[in-house]
Amino acid sequence: MLILHCPWCGPRSQTEFAYGGEAHIARPLSPESLSDAEWADYLFMRKNPKGRHLEQWGHAMGCRRWFNVERDTATYAIQGSYKMGEEPPGGQR
Amino acid sequence: MSRYSIFSLARNALSYHENWSRAWRSPEPKREYDAIIVGGGGHGLATAYYLAKEHGITNVAVLEKGWIGGGNTGRNTTIVRSNYLWDEATHLYEKAMKLWEGLSQDLNYNVMFSQRGVLNLGHTLQDMRDIERRVNANRLNGIDGVVLDTKGVKEIVPIINDSPNARYPILGASFQPRAGVARHDAVAWGFARGADQRGVDIIQNCEVKGIRRENGCVVGVETNKGFIASKKVGVVAAGHSSVIASMAGIRLPLESHPLQALVSESIKPCIPTVIMSNAVHGYISQSDKGDLVIGAGIDSYVGYGQRGSYSIIEGTLAAIVELFPTLSRVRMNRQWGGIVDVCPDACPIISLTPVKGLYFNCGWGTGGFKATPGSGWVFAHTIAQDRPHELNAAFSLDRFSTGHLIDEHGAAAVAH
Repeated sequence: MLILHCPWCGPRSQTEFAYGGEAHIARPLSPESLSDAEWADYLFMRKNPKGRHLEQWGHAMGCRRWFNVERDTATYAIQGSYKMGEEPPGGQR
Repeated sequence: MSRYSIFSLARNALSYHENWSRAWRSPEPKREYDAIIVGGGGHGLATAYYLAKEHGITNVAVLEKGWIGGGNTGRNTTIVRSNYLWDEATHLYEKAMKLWEGLSQDLNYNVMFSQRGVLNLGHTLQDMRDIERRVNANRLNGIDGVVLDTKGVKEIVPIINDSPNARYPILGASFQPRAGVARHDAVAWGFARGADQRGVDIIQNCEVKGIRRENGCVVGVETNKGFIASKKVGVVAAGHSSVIASMAGIRLPLESHPLQALVSESIKPCIPTVIMSNAVHGYISQSDKGDLVIGAGIDSYVGYGQRGSYSIIEGTLAAIVELFPTLSRVRMNRQWGGIVDVCPDACPIISLTPVKGLYFNCGWGTGGFKATPGSGWVFAHTIAQDRPHELNAAFSLDRFSTGHLIDEHGAAAVAH
């Protein structure tokens, strides 16, 4: 069971949260100018790393706000949470 | 290598079963192979077996980072069925089903395939409409299936809770009589033995660390046992597919999630078939030993830890007790997790890649075991001919840019 740290509500059980997938995937500003392969890359392709992962979580059963978490997908160790627009605790993306 | 039969059993009984030959060798890797399979699970071993048997390519190595069948092959709930909705999926899984039906004879290895049927329960009017649509689609494709009402379900599984007052009352089910279960370890061992007999080298404790390429073509793999050359590399690495793909600079549309299962103490026979419910999210069967085999759902987050959250188990067991109140005091003996590589459309990728000679078979997600022989059969064809078989042509990696997804997530009897 993970204990996630909501930047607004503090440490809470994982069951309160909704997982939002890989963080920092920006929607292309002009989708119509992309090739099919580029659009597929945005829509479907994921890093899915074994190790350090930057991911989105929403406090669905709490304040309902979204934030990012830096977590290790192999050990499940959580490095920390950070608000949207901030830099991850472990440095660069 | 001896052939298994009643006579070999009797002969070995005379020496107290102490002189059985090894089922497969444990060779050191050669410098070069005609083809390398990365991943010694059921799918990888089946691929090697059919490469040798159907295509005459016997100079093959299967590289396994742990022990064969120690990943998802040994961690699933052993369900085999082919009642998918869409034509592409249904034909692929039915190919596997046909191979399952002759597999023990073909391999000369008892995989304990037991066609006890599978029930996919419907709890709402919409569930029942979807079930009717799917069964009709199956029958049009020549696949067996019937729609049952509550009474029909109760006749097959007398201990099921058919109360109309249940939170999720059982309105009926689809039933595929030819579906069933198989002994998962035996599938890995049978394919390993069959491949080994035909000259395939099965190399355990051999982890791939890199994929060497020259001019856009694969030339071999770096491993903890050194460089092994091959112009054809087929990757069947399940939850670790994205990790291997990143070694070759390829991005895949996969997310790896923990999926859990558990078994109970042994009890007398009470579940004569496989029962799945999407709405309450549980599935259950009973092994020949008598233990209940229960499958849970995936954790929503990406995880490679081969363990999941307790809350998932709690939800699954609540569903099982809802369906079978009489099981409420059965104790669970063991619980474990595997890493499943989930694709956006819940269908596999069995495909060529932008790197020549590099092939991927992945994305089976939560339901790969049932396809083991069929997956190996089409992947062997893909590797040997350097083009997909017509059964897996639709399962190429480029379907994510063409838009030809095969959406089995909500449509078919997929319980996740």
